Amino acid sequence: MAEMKQAPAGASAGEKLLNWVDNRFPASKLYKEHLSEYYAPKNFNFWYFFGSLALLVLVIQIVTGIFLVMNYKPDAAVAFASVEYIMRDVPWGWLIRYMHSTGASAFFIVVYLHMYRGLIYGSYRTPRELVWIFGCLIFLCLMAEAFMGYLLPWGQMSYWGAQVIINLFSAIPFVGPDLAILIRGDYVVGDATLNRFFSLHVIAVPLVLLGLVVAHIIALHEVGSNNPDGVEIKQGPKDANGHPLDGVPFHPYYSVHDIVGVVGFLICFTAVIFFMPEFGGYFLEYNNFIPADPFKTPPHIAPVWYFTPFYSMLRATTDQMVQVLCVIVGLAAVLNLIKGKGTGQTKMAGLVGAAVLIALLKVFEAKFWGVAVMGGAVVILAGLPWFDKSPVKSIRYRPDWHKIVYAVFVVNFVILGYLGVQPPSEIGGIVSQVGTLLYFGFFVLMPWWSQIGTFKQVPDRVTFKPH
Amino acid sequence: MSNQPVDQSRRTWVTMACAAGGVGGVATAIPFVSTFQPSERARAAGAAVEADISALKPGEMMTVEWRGKPVWIIKRTPEQVAGLAKIDGELADPKSERKPSELTPEYARNEHRSIKPDVMVAVGICTHLGCSPSSKFQSGPQASLPDNWPGGFLCPCHGSTFDLAGRVFKNKPAPDNLEVPPHMYLSDTKLLIGEDKKA
Repeated sequence: MAEMKQAPAGASAGEKLLNWVDNRFPASKLYKEHLSEYYAPKNFNFWYFFGSLALLVLVIQIVTGIFLVMNYKPDAAVAFASVEYIMRDVPWGWLIRYMHSTGASAFFIVVYLHMYRGLIYGSYRTPRELVWIFGCLIFLCLMAEAFMGYLLPWGQMSYWGAQVIINLFSAIPFVGPDLAILIRGDYVVGDATLNRFFSLHVIAVPLVLLGLVVAHIIALHEVGSNNPDGVEIKQGPKDANGHPLDGVPFHPYYSVHDIVGVVGFLICFTAVIFFMPEFGGYFLEYNNFIPADPFKTPPHIAPVWYFTPFYSMLRATTDQMVQVLCVIVGLAAVLNLIKGKGTGQTKMAGLVGAAVLIALLKVFEAKFWGVAVMGGAVVILAGLPWFDKSPVKSIRYRPDWHKIVYAVFVVNFVILGYLGVQPPSEIGGIVSQVGTLLYFGFFVLMPWWSQIGTFKQVPDRVTFKPH
Repeated sequence: MSNQPVDQSRRTWVTMACAAGGVGGVATAIPFVSTFQPSERARAAGAAVEADISALKPGEMMTVEWRGKPVWIIKRTPEQVAGLAKIDGELADPKSERKPSELTPEYARNEHRSIKPDVMVAVGICTHLGCSPSSKFQSGPQASLPDNWPGGFLCPCHGSTFDLAGRVFKNKPAPDNLEVPPHMYLSDTKLLIGEDKKA
């Protein structure tokens, strides 16, 4: 048994109670480690709001979700009507539902900005690789959660969106068609699919998501937060108690600071809920106000905005695109043979690998590669810590032209997202093919371009101007 | 790390116990994963359906439900039937040679992909990602379609196009022609969809 600590003489009843608890559960210890004595760099800027905002949106989604489940019916015959019942007959039901539907889009806005922050300040680099990977898994879970949740209102977009995404799996060679049936539980999307998606959306994925969020924060608090300068405050000077001089305790400094972010966020969030909950058809698509009809695909179906960049890349992968990919793989192998640093053996291995890859590209149909490209576009994010070989973390000390590279990447991502909302067109197809190559080029070529250029001197301490 | 020698017999026991536990775990997972399969009720719903085509005029199409999927029955005009052979060059698989056992029953492996030249039966689900293409029978230039459009189907999701025999045009996301379901004529105007003579 651990040593029992005694409360000091003359302690108040509250202090005695806390002492009693601390002897049985590490309440004070957890509070200190994660809040009052978690030292975060003092130079956080605007971009550092989005982590805590993501946590806020998670709470909003869980609480509103609990209340929606009380009135929603996961049955293909009545699901659509039960959502309309929530909207029209349940007192304040419309508010809870709009909070949840707007929360879904807000979640992605906040998370995309949070990821962008990590990207420009190099927050994924040693020793924060696992923080980043847990984050990527959270992003993946979030996509699954959003996708399955979108089926539940059982409108036309719910139905046909699910039909398309589940059929993605049937493109996998050999096991695909059986896998798609296993996911649907029927030969087409139907009641069985709705029921299982409901179960996964309200129980399974949120549990995994919560676990991952805890892992993300524990990993972060183990290594400490990065900052806009990319300077490790733990390696800098320390005060008499061994705390970094460039750090401030999370509570009260950042807990209060984040309230500003929360207020700003809630102003936007409530404005959307009360004045434009459908957000012009982007947060709630108009076709989803029509009940699901398995015989009639809406004339134009598009996923919700947060999936569209990846969806564009799926659409871009046609037979032509696969030919282009074959040429690129071939060129890369030849380039490696001529200019690569490896030994003869590794060069041969590269050549053989490229030949195998080209053969596979030719053997399997473009539809499968479209799915592979779309999945790869998400998974490739996890590789960032190893792609980035720049000598400095933060964009602030990188060559100026790196900023242009990042700007192109962001603009390209937005264009891909825009094209994913539009009906298919010839020009749009070509633009999204170029965009797909740019997207992957950014990551795959990063080990080379991230080292080139004149880097600026990184300061020893964070740059910070007291107000 | 302990520097005591490893007790091999204990290690063997631990290995075996873990293996046995693992087998038990996998065995327990089987019933859980199995519940994901289509239920007996869903399987039973896959029976064949009859369709009466006596009211169908040339140039028209009707839709019936089979296994929860839309099945189209299209009555083509003589001009439309004659037009099929002319566009072979623009199609990815004009002779229905890809995956014939899945997509095209033997009696439909011809230019018009049907038993009777004018009556086309096809599952109205795009072979790309399962959307239901819309009918664009009107030929000529129009939105989302090429100027020399001969009439056929356009998938709204990813822009795949099919001709009036459900054959996919070249360089489109859809890899294959539309599926022709097993079907047979019970009489001149009655079709049975989901079963054919050999079954």
